[in-house]
Amino acid sequence: MYAFEYHRPTSVKEAGSLAGQAEDTKFLAGGHTLLPTMKLRLAGPANLIDLGQIAELRGIERTGDTITIGAMMKHAEVANSADVKEAIPALAEMAELIGDPHVRNRGTIGGSVANNDPSADYPAACLALNATIVTNQRKIAADDFFQGIFTTALEEGEIITQISFPIPSRAAYAKFRNPASRYALVGVFVAKHADVVRVTVTGAGSNGVFRVPEMEQALSGNFAAEALDGIAVGEDGMNSDIHADAAYRAHLVGVMARRAVQAAAARG
Amino acid sequence: MTASGIGAPVRRKEDQRFVTGQGRYVDDFNRPGQAYAYFLRSPHAHAAIRSIDTSPAMIMPGVVAVFTGDDLAADKIGGLICGWMIHSKDGSPMKAGPHPALAQGKVRYVGDHVAVVIAETLAQAKDAAEAILVDYDVLPAVVDTAQATKAPVQVHDVSPDNTVFNWHLGNKEETQAAFARAKHVTKIDLINNRLVPNPIEPRAAVGEYDFGTDNYTLYTTSQNPHVARLVLSAFIGVAPEHKLRVIAPDVGGGFGSKIFIYAEETVCVWAAKKVRRPVKWTSDRSEAFLSDAHGRDHVTHAEMATDENGRILGLRVHTTANLGAYLSTFSSSVPTYLYAPLLSGQYDIPAIYCEVDGVYTNTAPVDAYRGAGRPEATFVVERLVEKAARELGKDPAEFRRANYITQFPHTTPVIMTYDTGDYAASLDKALEVADYRNFQQRKQESARNGKLRGIGFSSYIEACGIAPSQAVGSLGAGVGLWESAEVRVNPTGSVEVLTGSHSHGQGHETTFAQLVSDRLGISIDQVSIVHGDTDKVQFGMGTYGSRSGAVGMSAIAKAIDKVIAKGKKVAAHVLEASEGDIEFKDGRFGVAGTDRSLAFGEVALQAYIAHKFSGQDLEPGLKEGAFYDPTNFTFPAGVHICEVEIDPDTGVTKIERWTAVDDFGVIINPMIVEGQVHGGIAQGVGQALLEGTVYDQSGQLITASFNDYCMPRAIDLPSFQVGMTVTPCPSNPLGIKGCGEAGAIAAPPAVINAITDALGHEDIAMPATPQAVWRAAQKARTLLAAE
Amino acid sequence: MTTVSLTVNGQPVTADVDPRTLLVQFLRENLRLTGTHVGCDTSQCGACVVHLNGQAVKSCTILAVQAHASVVTTIEGIAGGGELHPMQAAFREHHGLQCGYCTPGMIMSAIDIVNRKGNALDEQTIRAELEGNLCRCTGYHNIVKAVAAGAQAMAQAPLQQAAE
Repeated sequence: MYAFEYHRPTSVKEAGSLAGQAEDTKFLAGGHTLLPTMKLRLAGPANLIDLGQIAELRGIERTGDTITIGAMMKHAEVANSADVKEAIPALAEMAELIGDPHVRNRGTIGGSVANNDPSADYPAACLALNATIVTNQRKIAADDFFQGIFTTALEEGEIITQISFPIPSRAAYAKFRNPASRYALVGVFVAKHADVVRVTVTGAGSNGVFRVPEMEQALSGNFAAEALDGIAVGEDGMNSDIHADAAYRAHLVGVMARRAVQAAAARG
Repeated sequence: MTASGIGAPVRRKEDQRFVTGQGRYVDDFNRPGQAYAYFLRSPHAHAAIRSIDTSPAMIMPGVVAVFTGDDLAADKIGGLICGWMIHSKDGSPMKAGPHPALAQGKVRYVGDHVAVVIAETLAQAKDAAEAILVDYDVLPAVVDTAQATKAPVQVHDVSPDNTVFNWHLGNKEETQAAFARAKHVTKIDLINNRLVPNPIEPRAAVGEYDFGTDNYTLYTTSQNPHVARLVLSAFIGVAPEHKLRVIAPDVGGGFGSKIFIYAEETVCVWAAKKVRRPVKWTSDRSEAFLSDAHGRDHVTHAEMATDENGRILGLRVHTTANLGAYLSTFSSSVPTYLYAPLLSGQYDIPAIYCEVDGVYTNTAPVDAYRGAGRPEATFVVERLVEKAARELGKDPAEFRRANYITQFPHTTPVIMTYDTGDYAASLDKALEVADYRNFQQRKQESARNGKLRGIGFSSYIEACGIAPSQAVGSLGAGVGLWESAEVRVNPTGSVEVLTGSHSHGQGHETTFAQLVSDRLGISIDQVSIVHGDTDKVQFGMGTYGSRSGAVGMSAIAKAIDKVIAKGKKVAAHVLEASEGDIEFKDGRFGVAGTDRSLAFGEVALQAYIAHKFSGQDLEPGLKEGAFYDPTNFTFPAGVHICEVEIDPDTGVTKIERWTAVDDFGVIINPMIVEGQVHGGIAQGVGQALLEGTVYDQSGQLITASFNDYCMPRAIDLPSFQVGMTVTPCPSNPLGIKGCGEAGAIAAPPAVINAITDALGHEDIAMPATPQAVWRAAQKARTLLAAE
Repeated sequence: MTTVSLTVNGQPVTADVDPRTLLVQFLRENLRLTGTHVGCDTSQCGACVVHLNGQAVKSCTILAVQAHASVVTTIEGIAGGGELHPMQAAFREHHGLQCGYCTPGMIMSAIDIVNRKGNALDEQTIRAELEGNLCRCTGYHNIVKAVAAGAQAMAQAPLQQAAE
């Protein structure tokens, strides 16, 4: 790890102004991507701003048709939240599939969303659930937020404070894990909203999380796995690496989509 | 059997410290004033070094020193060695290039050692390493095993076509004749995938030099500290043998990778004197991936000839073995004498011929990894046998049974003489435990759920406790493969056993104590096992190749016999009886036919106070040593049966059942033996399903962390059904065969045979990842549809 | 340098540390609590697992300064009054360790599993929950048995559990 200055603000405002004053800053949320990257000297920010002591970034709240989760809420907290489990069980289940128990005790929703790793789970959930990413400056629709691998709409120094999820009528997440890293080799999140069905895919696309319009259309008409018969996702734009080539990933998108729809439909 | 004697599942004595966090591993040692070493490693697989400018690093904060290969050369420090000479078919010695501890003129793999920075802190050493300026002339690299001899790249000047040796074993003409007679020939092409050993404790070293006494000390993660000392002194020339103390304390797993003498510990000892401070190096996992010796990496074509009755007539094998960029300590023996002699498996095969080409590539050195040669041989034999049975329409279990060796001793065409065994007994028991008779029902049940179920067998044999020394010497070994022991009885009757074996998970502190307790009739708590320190133990060959029981414990048994013999002399004086009338039984020395006797502890005290005998007639004290050299290898064997269920939609393979029935001869502690089997199976399953080492064409290691190199997790494995059969080994006094590698040897073909059975399709490479299995399932479907 | 104050195994600790000091380095090098091990640099092997405010975490992926004002328990801190913690005893009884290197992390994870999932643990639950701990020696067979037995024993030893 390269040397850095450590900052421990206690409010979002203070964190924002630190980021504005200091050069070459990084926000430290759960740290489970950033710290390993720094340990391997692949990142070396001059200033590290720890968001861990900011109370206003915590909490889970249900208001009407929305669940709002503070950015520093840990994966385990989301997975175990009675409100989340009741309102969007698919989201709790997804959180339970991230990493391993120790990672879930540290990794945060805000950190995952801000990082937008192409194999992370939360981007698929946010996009399928039509979430709104709330920052210290504005509100950003998930559709506008994720802009390609490790790229988001966030500006320099902008801090995610909350993410709010409209409660769908049904949803489910099916994940095929990379056997080694446990990230998503392919993860498909399916959400049936009042007006529309959203199908999102993580892990597979070379440009990060994406929606599958053909599947969404088919499922909007008939929310059943059979509706996906005959719909194949092409190999173009799929990731290819030592674990899975484009053809296998494209195939798995279909399998995981069916499994997600079956699981969502089974929720009754 | 007593509660703590031979055969009892005694709970391990060492566990108290391990479960409380009090184990002491090398990285737990910190010496006063120590500095930290960090190695600058080559980012290129193959490059000439035009120049190295260390001066920018020298002025970085905290830097104590920066050294390169020139500094080692100036001090006349020799290169790392390979201790096993292999001769090619034409009689010429193997062509081995130099292996400097720090590169001299050239780097040959990604991770090769270019320079070392020694600094006040590790972070400062890393910072400074980045400031070293190395001017590389990047050369094309050769990576692929199969292409090594054809590549327009030469790794070492002395090795044309990157060939280290063209070796062979067996009888070519007889094998040709057998194939000419054959009714059927089964052919197979196999890749035995390269593995990274990955003990969870990374390697580490602390070197120290005492200017007052001229003594050197090295704390190191070694499976064989005396061999390390011998090599460091006699060959590398870092320190004189009598001035170098090597300590291998608690070691967190080895699996072969900690046998070898590497660059890092060599540099730590040498540099400690140069900088006049202790020097500590601890590998991180990324370094371990790059530069710990890897395992396996064979490309093989093999053929098996059978007659009209399904009897195996002959076997011929051609293997190309990737040795990496340099020859590691025992690398040359692994694909030769640890491999081809096992190609007869458990079968009566009249003719065998094997050729092995050992090749250099621009990859990490390859050496022994759990099983070392024997898993590779077993994979060839058991894949071929399974395929032959299928081609001949025979039940794979019965095809094996029909070809088993049943008469012992049995001499194979590949220089082994199997001493004893009962292979059918293991098969019968395994079939029973695996519920083989109801397999078809389970298969149909799986099919109803859209799943493919398969069953795979592996009738493996291994040769352990490599010996005798005379024989291995004639095969090219640079060392003898005996073991030493010293049994020190204290005046209070407690016992310390000094052994040349080394425990890095095997539980020697318990099993060795069980032997002593059993033989001397004293409580196991009265016994301490001392190992891993060259200042305490005179000499020893260490632990690898499942040798500690068969060879190491036999040495202890021999020393115990001497202690008892001496004890009888002491007792005779004390009891005023003739030595010939003294019997030792249940921990007491007694006069035959009387009730006069002395407890072991009483005799020990008498031996030391020496009041009852003249020092001229009998030396005081009770301490005996022994060197034990076995008469033969040992031959553990058994049958493993793997049952898998495959999800054809995703290619995910789930192991539903695992049956292991092994014959390890006499067992000291069944709990520990079963644990060894479990661990071996997990590593074998890892090789078959999960673990694959991938270099890209330029020689960059793609699987360089646990993010890409898939280690077996708990969820990847089932609980195992482990059973035993016993035929005592006649080649050592304890009847022990060895158990450490069996699982890793048996498992890979069992898994692949099960998968190919499920798919109805033979073509699947290891690791059989979900992608590979899915693709093979697609292919099988297409073929089926075409039929 | 940044000042960090925390409680480790019941003892208050304050130190000035380079901010890049990992919690595991702080434990091993500053406090000489060498029972917590390092087996990888990518947050996977779990040899470094400790409890931070009662939850199992990987101490190799936390800065010491992030643990400011926290309560940390390591493998050295779970045995009460000379008696092994029931999970430690179960690992010994069921031969859930060989080389011992992954063991502290395994035991700390196992206690955390029991804290979250209760004392009656089936094999699949244990295997799934051990996702973040690698062992190269045991094949996990006896670790699974040890965790199940330790979990049951913890139900019978409520005092020790509370002491943690």
